[in-house]
Amino acid sequence: MTHHHEPWVRVVKRTHISKQKAMLYRVLALLGALLAGALLMALLGYNPIQMYQDMVSGAVGKSILAINKKGVLAFSTSSQATMKIVTLLLVTALGLTMAFKMRFWNIGGEGQILVGAISCSYIAIRFGDTWPQWLLLTVMFIVACIGGGLYGLLPALFKARWGTNETLFTLMLNYIAIHFITFLQYQPTWQIQGTNFPKIRDFAASTRLPTVLGVHAGWIIALVLAVLVYLYFAKTKQGYEVSVVGESTNTARYAGMKVSRIILRTMFISGAICGFAGFLQVSGADGSLTTDTASGAGFTAITVAWLSGMNPLLMIIYSVFIAILERGAGRIQTTMGIPKSAADMLIGIILFFMLGVEFFINYRLVFRAGRVGKEAKAV
Amino acid sequence: MENNAAAMGQTAVEMRNITKTFGQVVANDKVCMSLRHGEILALLGENGSGKTTLMNMLSGIYLQDSGDILVCNRPVTIRSPKDAYALGIGMIHQHFKLVDVLTAGENIVLGLDGKGTLNRREINRQVSEIAQKYGFDIDPAKKVYNMAVSEKQTVEIIKALYRGADILILDEPTAVLTPQETTKLFDVLRMMKSHGKSIIIITHKLNEVLEISDRVAILRKGEYIATVETAQTNQQDLTEMMVGRRVKLEIDRPAVPRGERKLNVKGLTCVSREGVTKLSHVSFEAFGGEILGVAGVAGSGQKELCEAITGLRPLASGSIHYRYHKGEMVIEENIAGMRADQIAQRGVSLAFVPEDRLGMGLVANMNIVDNVILRSYQDSRGLLVNRKKYRPICEQMIKDLDIVTPGLTTPVRRLSGGNVQKVLLGREILSRPQVLVCAYPVRGLDIVSSYRIYSLLNAEKEKGNAVIFIGEDLDVLMDLCDRVLVLCGGHVSGIVDPRQCTKEEIGLMMTRVGTEKDGEGA
Repeated sequence: MTHHHEPWVRVVKRTHISKQKAMLYRVLALLGALLAGALLMALLGYNPIQMYQDMVSGAVGKSILAINKKGVLAFSTSSQATMKIVTLLLVTALGLTMAFKMRFWNIGGEGQILVGAISCSYIAIRFGDTWPQWLLLTVMFIVACIGGGLYGLLPALFKARWGTNETLFTLMLNYIAIHFITFLQYQPTWQIQGTNFPKIRDFAASTRLPTVLGVHAGWIIALVLAVLVYLYFAKTKQGYEVSVVGESTNTARYAGMKVSRIILRTMFISGAICGFAGFLQVSGADGSLTTDTASGAGFTAITVAWLSGMNPLLMIIYSVFIAILERGAGRIQTTMGIPKSAADMLIGIILFFMLGVEFFINYRLVFRAGRVGKEAKAV
Repeated sequence: MENNAAAMGQTAVEMRNITKTFGQVVANDKVCMSLRHGEILALLGENGSGKTTLMNMLSGIYLQDSGDILVCNRPVTIRSPKDAYALGIGMIHQHFKLVDVLTAGENIVLGLDGKGTLNRREINRQVSEIAQKYGFDIDPAKKVYNMAVSEKQTVEIIKALYRGADILILDEPTAVLTPQETTKLFDVLRMMKSHGKSIIIITHKLNEVLEISDRVAILRKGEYIATVETAQTNQQDLTEMMVGRRVKLEIDRPAVPRGERKLNVKGLTCVSREGVTKLSHVSFEAFGGEILGVAGVAGSGQKELCEAITGLRPLASGSIHYRYHKGEMVIEENIAGMRADQIAQRGVSLAFVPEDRLGMGLVANMNIVDNVILRSYQDSRGLLVNRKKYRPICEQMIKDLDIVTPGLTTPVRRLSGGNVQKVLLGREILSRPQVLVCAYPVRGLDIVSSYRIYSLLNAEKEKGNAVIFIGEDLDVLMDLCDRVLVLCGGHVSGIVDPRQCTKEEIGLMMTRVGTEKDGEGA
């Protein structure tokens, strides 16, 4: 044989892979991730089995649903906190997906959540004591969507008009929004009356979303929204246009679509959904506005959107998965004294495996030894 | 010529049982080929038959999955183009790989090992020497961006010779040339052969095979069919080996009485964003019941012309009058300055098959149904896309045009080139256009698919519609079209009747503006 100089390994693109096989690879990746995580923790001197147990119990408690002290069926205390994260991640991921389907890299989810939250917080503070609950919630919802939507529209406008880079633009807008909240914390009209402590006051009870099974009703709305976004892309003309523009603006123009209008419209919707997530945080989860209102969800949701391959229904599963990871990582810090940095590494490892497996789903490796072996058999 | 090759007769390259797969696609399946010293071997096969893949393995772009390559009877492993050059093998690719802002001379030495400084005078002297030896015209100091396509090709060939290539591979070298330039290239190839070079020329044009080659190796769908002596074969036999069955080689031109004027373009001028004039005072008419061909060297303004008359490109000046039927009414309207969506809203029934099928005409990742609704999804009322209505239409189209697809839900990028084109053309015909503009509709298609497309275009013509056919193969243009408009550098250099002029006359018009409209008014 004359192939001794042949490279040791080559990367070959797959043209097709069955759904079962792709699923199998993903499961294997998850197992690999857990194994690698266990190895890391064992090296650091922690018991990996106990750690994973603690993570799960930290995220969902003893059971997901339980009869609480009042004798009512509800999410367990741990699950409630997890569900709040799921809701925030899911809604934000759905919002970002609107833009991502169009290949518009909106990484400004964080800012759009916050501007939505700021907008409806204004209503809550200004009219919280006077308006009835139904009016407050309706107006807060609308204002949050418009606020987030306009904040998403801004980079789209610049992109459509002058071809600016949306990635940098949306990223920078995040910091403006975060620091605007800091600014508001120093405004007397936003602080607890009679103090000048830099903190925005808690909102009136009438501004709060009602709860279902112990968690604010946002989680049900989020599930409905996932179905709506799915239908938007599967059935509507607008969704079809977004997909075509995402694939090729050339084709869209050829088909007679008004490309800039579609970009503007879609980014408004994307921002509006993120703004809606801000409303759910303020009115549902927190009852106030802080610089942690979005708590990085605008970025984590990017991972959720990509892991689920932009499929709105899969996003439900992946936002639960990531929320459990986040809550679990928090738990092991308290129960086992694992430092935050190590817990973050663990999450990093798991996400790295989950995203990295997509490479092996799209490509395969061919080794020199394997080929020679095959030939030898043929001979 | 044959004597010369026979005398030199020893094997320069031998490829044995070469197999190469891309995913599930077997591009080459146990292909064998041998090249003798001092011969011109034509590698013949349809698009997708694996010719370029085979040659890419010889020139070090790909590595074979299995099989052996022998150069001068010695087994070798070619892992990179550098390895190939070390063995004296150089390839001239179909898409040139030159740096635009460098001169010919700089491009020729680019990437070669050497000292840190360039002696441009010495390089230019060597380049001129090679040029003289083989009969090239070249200015070593000319920048590539100032060059015509044929000059760039010359640079590529000299680049290979400069690196000491004795075995030259040319991938579809005549695709971008006018008939005159082709003749000149062939003279150069014969000259190189007489200097002992061995040449492989990849092509699917039979007349060129017969004209230039000593032997022909034929591939079909990745498999090796045969190698034959050119002197002992003919077009019909070669086609049969290439396609696998007997094919009628004549293109029909049904006689249809010329209908009414559908399109009247006057003084059309287009300027690109960079300020370059792409079309200059283009005027022509298109009639129902005829196919108007558009000929020209690549980049003479064909793309701009298509996009201008379909509302996809802004005009600097000029008028475009469409005459169309809307119910009982006949309307003639100037649509210059309207966008594609505005034109469609008027009810102008204009269809356009763009050159870039998967990047403009279709959405590669979408299925047939989603692609068929692309131009008409707005027609239904309401917010939802009515896919249900289109499913039977698509099924009918698949049946009518023999589109080979696993199903309606397969993304079109998974279909073969011919089937992709049938989906695109099929959709455009579904809209019942009165004017149909097609840019390079048979590019990259196999013979059977090409003839299918010709007959579909002829059917449109027989329905009384106007067809505008942008083509690159002059033989096809001359056999299919009723009139041929020749573009040169964005100008119309003439509109001729192909029955009353020769290929060489059109070739001349492709490179020279100012010939009077000698064939006008057929």
